[in-house]
Amino acid sequence: MMTVSGGESLIFEKGIPGHRGSHLPTAGVPAADPAVLLPGVPLREEPPSLPEVAEPQVVRHYTRLSRLNYCVDTGFYPLGSCTMKYNPKLNEEMSALPGFAALHPYQTEDQVQGVLRLMYELEQALLTITGMERASLQPSAGAQGELAGILMIKAYHRDNDGTGRDTVIVPDSAHGTNLASAAMAGYRVVEIPSSPRGLIDLSTLRRHLSERTAAIMLTNPNTLGLFEEDILEISRLVHEAGALCYYDGANLNAILGKARPGDMGMDVVHLNLHKTFSTPHGGGGPGAGPVAVGPTLEPYLPMPLVRPVQGEGVFTLDYDRPFSIGRVKGFFGNVGVMIRAFTYILSVGSDGLTRAGEDAVLAANYLRARLCDLYSVPHDGPCMHEFVISATQQAERGGTARDIAKRLLDFGIHPPTVYFPLTVREALMVEPTETEDLHTLDRFVDVMRQIDGEITNDPETVREAPHHTPVRRPDETLAARHPVLRWQKPRSDEFSEPVSG
Amino acid sequence: MSHTIHNDNDRLQLLGALGASAVDDLFSAIPETLLLRRLDLDPGLPESETREKVEDLAAANRPSGPLSFLGAGCYRHYVPAAVSALTSRGEFLTAYTPYQPEASQGTLQSIFEFQTCVSELTGLEVANASLYDGPSALAEAAFMALRLTGRDELLVSAGVHPEALQVVETYAEGPELTVLRQALDPVSGTTSTKTLQLSTATGAVLVSQPNCLGVVEDLTPLAEAAHAVGALLVVSTDLATLGILESPGMLGADIAVGDAQVFGNAPSFGGPSVGFLACRMEHLRQVPGRLVGRTLDADGRPCYTLTLQAREQHIRRAKATSNICSNQALGALAATIHLALLGPVGLRELGEICLQRAHHLHGLLCEIPGVRPLVTGPFFLEFALALPCAAEAFAQAMRTQGIDPGVPLLRMERGARPVFDPDLSAGRDEPPPPPTVPAENVLLVAVTESNPPDALARYAAAAREVLAGTEPRPQGTR
Repeated sequence: MMTVSGGESLIFEKGIPGHRGSHLPTAGVPAADPAVLLPGVPLREEPPSLPEVAEPQVVRHYTRLSRLNYCVDTGFYPLGSCTMKYNPKLNEEMSALPGFAALHPYQTEDQVQGVLRLMYELEQALLTITGMERASLQPSAGAQGELAGILMIKAYHRDNDGTGRDTVIVPDSAHGTNLASAAMAGYRVVEIPSSPRGLIDLSTLRRHLSERTAAIMLTNPNTLGLFEEDILEISRLVHEAGALCYYDGANLNAILGKARPGDMGMDVVHLNLHKTFSTPHGGGGPGAGPVAVGPTLEPYLPMPLVRPVQGEGVFTLDYDRPFSIGRVKGFFGNVGVMIRAFTYILSVGSDGLTRAGEDAVLAANYLRARLCDLYSVPHDGPCMHEFVISATQQAERGGTARDIAKRLLDFGIHPPTVYFPLTVREALMVEPTETEDLHTLDRFVDVMRQIDGEITNDPETVREAPHHTPVRRPDETLAARHPVLRWQKPRSDEFSEPVSG
Repeated sequence: MSHTIHNDNDRLQLLGALGASAVDDLFSAIPETLLLRRLDLDPGLPESETREKVEDLAAANRPSGPLSFLGAGCYRHYVPAAVSALTSRGEFLTAYTPYQPEASQGTLQSIFEFQTCVSELTGLEVANASLYDGPSALAEAAFMALRLTGRDELLVSAGVHPEALQVVETYAEGPELTVLRQALDPVSGTTSTKTLQLSTATGAVLVSQPNCLGVVEDLTPLAEAAHAVGALLVVSTDLATLGILESPGMLGADIAVGDAQVFGNAPSFGGPSVGFLACRMEHLRQVPGRLVGRTLDADGRPCYTLTLQAREQHIRRAKATSNICSNQALGALAATIHLALLGPVGLRELGEICLQRAHHLHGLLCEIPGVRPLVTGPFFLEFALALPCAAEAFAQAMRTQGIDPGVPLLRMERGARPVFDPDLSAGRDEPPPPPTVPAENVLLVAVTESNPPDALARYAAAAREVLAGTEPRPQGTR
C-alpha cells in the first residue's frame, strides 16, 4: 500500500475535451442517422459526462488507484469469517482461457460440453466435501445461496402442511445475512441467546422450537470459532419439531476433510467459493454461493441443474424440475468463479483440502495461545479456524478494538473483523487461514503485543492511528449526513471540485 | 500438490507452542461419530498437470467468435486490452470488501467512479456499488419500489427477459407478492398500454428497454400510467444503447437496473455479470446494497468510504433493505475502465456501429423469401425474425458453416414462461389476438461491434442458402 499525499483525482477530472482511449472500427455498412433507424424514439441530446482520457492516462489512473489498496498479494489479512487465504495464480489463468471466457450462455449443449462437465464435477466434489445429495451452483454469493435455501425450506413446508411455520431461529452470534435472508423470504426471525460457553443452548433451543418453527440457521463452527458440540442433538430436536436445518458454510474451512454438514443432519448448506475454495474477493465480489441439499429438499433446488446423460458420456442442462423454486440468477451462476474453485480442488486434492483445514485450525490456535495472556479470550477450549478476543482490558486503558484495528494498518497488517460477533464486547475476530507462514504469524503476535504496550505507554499514537495510510479515519458521519455519491461536472463558472460541507 | 505453507517441522513447532501432541487434539470438540476417516476425492496434482486437465475441459468447448450473433441478455462486446491488464492487478483482484477505508481507497474510488458512470448513463441521481446481475437487480428494484409505495403487487411486462421474470417470481415467493404480467402488443412488440392492469394495489411496473425481443419501448406513457396510480416505473436497460437512446431517468423511470457486463466483462458462460441499480435521490434510503460516498479524512483530505450502511444486513440484520453482502466490485471496475476508455464520443460511436450493423443485417435477412420481422417496433442491436422453418433447425444448419445465427426464442424460454404466453389472457387482461407465427420459428439476432461487416455478409449469404431448401409453412397458427 502506497502512502501518497493529496490522493488521486477522479478519472472524470483528468479529461481534456476530445481525448479518448479507445478507437472503434467504422461501421462498414451504409451509414444511417440514428433518428432515421429509430423513428419516433427519443434520443439523447446531451452526451453523458464520461471521462475524456487517452489510454495511458487511464492505465496510470487505475494503476495508481490500485496502489492505494491493501490486498492478499501484499499482506496478512486475518479477517474473521472471511477466509482470506492466498488465491493461486493458476486459477486466474484458467478462468481466462478463451474456451471458457468467450462462451455464450445460449450456445447449444454440444458446444459447451467442457464447461458442463466442469460444473458437474465441481458439484460432485462439493457434495463429497459436504456430505450432501445434490447442489445448485447458481447462487451468486453466500447471501443469495441463503435466500435460495430458505425459499426451498418455505416451498417444502408449503407442500407438507407447514404453512403455519412462520419463524426462523438463529443464534445471537449469527451472521447478519442469515437474519436478512430469512426476513427476505418472509419469515419472522427469532434470535436465541448463546450459552455462556458461546454455543447453542439446548434448553433454550427446546423452548423456542414449536409448530411455528420453519428452520434453524446455524454456522458450525460458529462465528466465535467454536464447534457446536451438540450439533447432532440440535438437528434431532429441530427435525423432531418438524423444522429443517440450514447450515451457513462461511466457516467450512475449519472442518474440511474432518466433518461434513450432511453427517450433522443439515438439510441445506451454502458454500462460499471465494472463502473456502481460494477464489479472489475482487474488492467485494464476484463470489459464488452454491447451495447443496439433502434428499428432503432435492426437488426444490434452483434450476437448471447439470446432469450426465445416461450412458452417453455427455452432459445436459436439466430444466425438467417441476418443484424447483425457479431461478435466483440469470443463466447458470458465476461460472468464472467456479472454474477457479474447480482448479483449486483439483490441484490440492483430498489431502490438500484436509491439510488446509488442519493448518487453518492449527494457526488459529497458535495465535490464540500466544495472545491470550494480553487480550481476554471469552471462551475456553481450543478454537477452530478462528477465534474472538475481547479488547475490553485495552479499551479501559484507552485503546478500543477500533483503535487497535487502525493501528495494525500502520504495521502493514489488515485488521481482524471488529465488533462482530455482537455477543462479545470490543470483539476482534481473527482468522489466519492456512496460507500464512510462521514468520507472518509471529509478526502478528509481536505487533499485537506492541500495540497493547502502546495503549499503556503512548495511547495517543493508537487512538490517532493510522498514521501511515493514504488517508486516516474518514469522517463517516459527514458521508452519511451529506451524501455525495457521484461526481458532478462543474459548471463553467466554478473552479472548485464538488465536496459537500 | 498442496497449497499449504507449513511443513512437518513448522507443524511441530506450532503444536509445541500449544502443548499439543497431535493436530487431531484440536478437533476434540467434534463428536467421534462425525469424524471423517478420509475425504473421498482424488489426490492433488502438480500445477502442470492441473493446468493440462483444465485446459482439456476448455478445449472441449467451442467459444463464440465474430460469427456469433447470440445475445438475449448477454452481449459480446470487444474488451480493450487495458481492462484486463488493470483488473488482474492483485491489488484489485485479491482485496477484500472495502470496510477499512484506509486500506481500500483504490477500490472505493473506483466504485465512486462506477456510480457516477451509471448515474450519468441512466439519467438518475444515485447509483449503487453494483449488485449480482441484471435479473437479481430487477428483483431488488421491485422490492425497493414496494417498500417505497407500501404495496404488494407487481406488473411485469412480457418484454422482460423470461429468466429475469423467473428471478423476480422466485424472490416474490418470500413476501408472497402478487406478480401480474402485461402482454406485448403482437404487432409492434412493445408493452401494450391499452389494457394495463394497473390499480392502486400496483407498486411497480417492470419493463425492459430494449425489451427481450430487441424492441425499444415507449417509456413515457408507461411512466405516466404507473405514476397515475401511484406506482413506480422500474426499467431494466442495456447501458450500451444509452449513448444514443434517451436515458430512462429522463423518460420517467424511477429505478433503472441492468447488466453492466456489456462493458469490460467477458460473457463467461453467463457469469459473473455486474448488476447495477440507479434511482432518484429521494429514494436513497431504500437502496439495496453498498454505496460509496465522498467525505473528508481526519486531516481534511477528500476521500471515499462505504456509507449509509445502516441500510445493510451487517448493521440492520433482519430489517435490512436486502440480504446482499457483496457487490461485483471487480466487474464494476472493468465496466468503469471500459467506459473511461470509450468516453462520451466512443460510447456514441459504439451505439451507432451496433445500431447500423444490426439494421443492415436485418435488411439483408428480410430480403430472403420467407423471412420477415416478427414485430414492427423500432429495434436497436437485436431483432426478432419470423423464419419459414424452426429456428433450432435453421441454427443447426448455419452452424455447419461456423455461424451461430442467433438465439431461438424457445431456447431463451427454456424452463421459463413464454413471451407470448396464452395464460396472459387470464386475470384482468384481455385475451391476446391469435399469434401468426409459431414460437419455434422465432429467432433473436444480436449484432455488436464484434460482428464485422464481412460476418454480416457471410451470415446473409449462408442464410439464403440454408433457407432456399425450406418450404415456407402455411400461415395461420403460431
